[in-house]
Amino acid sequence: MADLVSHPDEVKVVSKRFGKGATNIDRYLELDGYKAVQKALGMQPDAIVNLVKDSGLRGRGGAGFNTGMKWSFVPKQSPKPKYILCNGDESEPGTCKDRLIFEHDPHSVIEGVVIAGIATGSHAGYIYIRGEYRYLLEIMQKAIKDAYARGFLGKNIFGSGYDFEVYWHGGAGAYEVGEESALMESLEGKRGIPRIRPPFPAVVGLWGGPTVINNAETLASVPHILLGGAEWFAKLGPAKNGGTRLFCLSGHLNRPGVYELPMGYNLKKMIYEVGGGIPNGRKLKAVVPGGSSCPLLTADEIDVSMDFDSMMKAGSMLGSGGVVVVDETTCMVKFALRIMKFYQHESCGWCIPCREGTDWLKKTLTRFHHGGGVKKDIDNIQYLSENMLGRTFCPLGDAAAMPTISIVKKFRKEFEDHLDGKPCPFVKTHATERAEVLV
Amino acid sequence: MKFSDQFEARFADMLTHYPTKRSVLVPTLLYAQDEVGYLSHDVIHEIAQRLDLTDLEVSNVISYYSMLTTQPRGKFNVQVCTNIACMLCGGEELLDHCKTKLGIGHKGTTPDGIFSLEEVECIGGCSWAPAVQVNYDFHENLTSEKMDRMLDGYKKN
Repeated sequence: MADLVSHPDEVKVVSKRFGKGATNIDRYLELDGYKAVQKALGMQPDAIVNLVKDSGLRGRGGAGFNTGMKWSFVPKQSPKPKYILCNGDESEPGTCKDRLIFEHDPHSVIEGVVIAGIATGSHAGYIYIRGEYRYLLEIMQKAIKDAYARGFLGKNIFGSGYDFEVYWHGGAGAYEVGEESALMESLEGKRGIPRIRPPFPAVVGLWGGPTVINNAETLASVPHILLGGAEWFAKLGPAKNGGTRLFCLSGHLNRPGVYELPMGYNLKKMIYEVGGGIPNGRKLKAVVPGGSSCPLLTADEIDVSMDFDSMMKAGSMLGSGGVVVVDETTCMVKFALRIMKFYQHESCGWCIPCREGTDWLKKTLTRFHHGGGVKKDIDNIQYLSENMLGRTFCPLGDAAAMPTISIVKKFRKEFEDHLDGKPCPFVKTHATERAEVLV
Repeated sequence: MKFSDQFEARFADMLTHYPTKRSVLVPTLLYAQDEVGYLSHDVIHEIAQRLDLTDLEVSNVISYYSMLTTQPRGKFNVQVCTNIACMLCGGEELLDHCKTKLGIGHKGTTPDGIFSLEEVECIGGCSWAPAVQVNYDFHENLTSEKMDRMLDGYKKN
């Protein structure tokens, strides 16, 4: 069970039932549970789609696409069944928010899935939870069972005449499966290799049927929009960035934790006020603003608004809400190496630029960090990374390249300080050197 | 091949959830592994038969997923995260500590078969780093002392 934290600047929407026992269906009902889905059953599907569109809700998995817009791409008539797929394969390094939603408020995800179903004319939804989150899968299995027992799922839900089935599904360890087309492959019982698009999942998805794929936090936001209205939700954040976000603060911070803050909250304030600043009076060096695939920001670049558009303007991304704070004692070459080691491990091997690129980059960065670097390696690391961008079926290649390019560009001096066989200047700050596991 | 009644009930139920049999494969493999300890040839063959797949098709899926293993492991699989958030908070030192304490390396198993050790990628414990999973249990905000107490606790079980 993960500890909960709070801060006065928080605006609790998705997290409002955290710590209130809402895994219990009776308690969930007391806390306005299943009211939104009943409201949705009395609405025209298009009206639901427009409401979500107008709320400015954007995909919380990282891509930030307007959710209502995504729903509107599902064809009204389809010879094949339509599906809703909740992406709970949370595994972007730095991200631990969906975990809290499943742990404290699983019914809100179920409700979001059903509402997405009503809005798009679908009659079945799947909630995919990563394999490591077994205790959360068990919480979800019970929540689904309880909802069926009350007649909230299955045939004729709430006596409306509308049928909707919700099923759980568990993964078995794979970052790549968090990518939507790989997620569908995994659910179909295959290796999680991405599909080429078009056709997009909204047209050809699970078992060939039109499929809406949304992140768990996105779906958990939907019932609140139904009840609170599009205008209320939109006004929580800046223009076109409605609502709040669960920000996962981690790394070198005095008060790490998952905080729900309005979209557009200032990053500097988030680090120094909400997160309590950096321990031991140390200085900030860098921030990973939204999970390990985002370009890093330097200490001078953090006076920014944390919303999708402002972060794009700042040369990075809002991503998945994983804010990793890095202090001055950290070696950025080693940081780049650890990120690359991850992507090399997770590359499914389907696209050559990603499979070979991540492997070469890991090897080069390992050699470089251990004193075997030459000057031309620095440009080579950047060149190799830039050549992965946009050349793969799925964004894993981009995810590996983007942080690496930003580290080489913004911390070039640290690379130069490793040249000529010099030992890593930060080695004293690491208790041990671990060459054997890094190779 | 005999699985528990609970496994069989869940398997039968899951088959009704999807339009294709194959779709139950990934969660079924993990549940089978939980019961048998690893995915042996017998388990692979049994599941392949049930789902009208070849053994090779099942093995092909197994090799993709990091939690699935065809080798026996210790009773308690200690999975230490060293990804960025945990690395910044001492995850690597914690892994080294475990290696010394257990006398095994990455993916090794102690001779008594009680523990195995694995360096894993992000497990979603970033805000409570460093984080470790022992089988499915999360342990967070760890230090080497807490780790020692925890491992001793498992050993007594």
